Amino acid sequence: MNWFTKTFSSTIGRKIIMSITGLFLCSFLVIHLIGNLQLFYTDGGEAFNVYSHFMGTNPIIRTMEIVLLLGFLFHIYDAIVLTRRNKASRPIGYANNRPEENSPWSSRNMGLLGTVILVFLIIHLWNFFVPARFGGLEPIVVDNVEYDNLYIKVVQSFKVWWYVLIYVLAMVALAYHLIHGFQSAFQTLGLTHKKYTPFIQKFGYAFSILICLGFAIIPLYFFFFFEL
Amino acid sequence: MAGSNPNAKPMDLTLKVWRQKDRNSAGSMVTYPVVGISPDMSFLEMLDVLNEDLLRKGEEPIAFDHDCREGICGMCSLFINGRAHGPESGTTTCQLHMRHFKHGDTITIEPWRAAAFPVHKDLVVDRSAFDRIQQAGGYISVNTGGVPDANAIPIAKSIADKAFDAATCIGCGACVAACKNASAMLFVSAKVSQLAMLPQGKTERKTRVENMVAQMDIEGFGACTNIGSCAAECPVGISLENIAILRREYISATATSENLV
Repeated sequence: MNWFTKTFSSTIGRKIIMSITGLFLCSFLVIHLIGNLQLFYTDGGEAFNVYSHFMGTNPIIRTMEIVLLLGFLFHIYDAIVLTRRNKASRPIGYANNRPEENSPWSSRNMGLLGTVILVFLIIHLWNFFVPARFGGLEPIVVDNVEYDNLYIKVVQSFKVWWYVLIYVLAMVALAYHLIHGFQSAFQTLGLTHKKYTPFIQKFGYAFSILICLGFAIIPLYFFFFFEL
Repeated sequence: MAGSNPNAKPMDLTLKVWRQKDRNSAGSMVTYPVVGISPDMSFLEMLDVLNEDLLRKGEEPIAFDHDCREGICGMCSLFINGRAHGPESGTTTCQLHMRHFKHGDTITIEPWRAAAFPVHKDLVVDRSAFDRIQQAGGYISVNTGGVPDANAIPIAKSIADKAFDAATCIGCGACVAACKNASAMLFVSAKVSQLAMLPQGKTERKTRVENMVAQMDIEGFGACTNIGSCAAECPVGISLENIAILRREYISATATSENLV
């Protein structure tokens, strides 16, 4: 094995990949949320449809889409490799174990939370991304240009109670995943210091809550307060 | 007895102890009643009492590791009531006293559980994986010769203090036992950061961290997921910052060392 593969297949190296991809996925969440907030314009979905058309056609965005896919794949692949290794590291468990005395629940259940998020992601992509990319949306004309009406698809989806429930529960899982993951990524990269770690921890906590709250408000708003 | 409490009432307890004949046998939890335990006894003294009872009955005594019995050597272990070194923080099992338990309590006692720490017998585990990690680089090479002047190499007090804090690791393995992933990262990080901070350790700095991390992985310890149970259960309070230092050392070593393999 050369030094490169040796480094990135070590337990520390794999965690470095987890942390870098994790923080990259956090940056994606910010962009995604800002875009989604255009659903709140009361313009019949004009701004949101123009924006989603841009996201689906702009070459830079389309390239970043591939990078984003790779980010997800590396994050999930290393999570599986590390989880299998970690399970094998303790073949016989304790008869009496009280980990709640020494660590937070979310930090011990990142794999479970990640799996919930992955299942949600597949449902979410199937519902919005697949029709937006591969067809199946109604057309709508804005300023004499025809767009796919993704807006109406979103509004209709968020009138279905069980979809709203899945969405909100997934955001709770994501919030817990990020509460541990955000600050953990900095620790993994060795960026822990008394000068800035307290800030990173507070910022990470606020980031996790606000981003997930922002996403969860959208289906709740359309379900409870929006009339077609 | 100095410091003993004359009003302390003796306790009767039920122990559930892991018994295993040898490395190749299957083990199980066995229940033992113990009576008349003084709250002034240490946890290990309580086990001594039980073992004397077992010997009198002609039964095999329970094997457990111990040596100095004052929290210095790192030999004692035991996973007591679901916690490494028992419920008190900042103490080893030998420093745990029976006054922290109540009359009538049931106490579970298990060995450290990790693939890299196979059970030798009963509560004794083989911690030689730690020795092999140390042999991979947890030392400095010093040529023989005259004794150097103590002040010949200046070291800032803040650095000396941090290195000393890392050096207090007694290598007991509680970090591995408490970790959900049976990761040895806190132990390895204490050894690496202690030597990386001091001038004497800088000569072998890069190769040391590369080799110690490689050996840690070979031994079959899990990966660190920054849960923090290790530092919470560490009897000498090794801080999680050492793990961040280990990552920094590892990243910079692999990026800049002369070792291509």
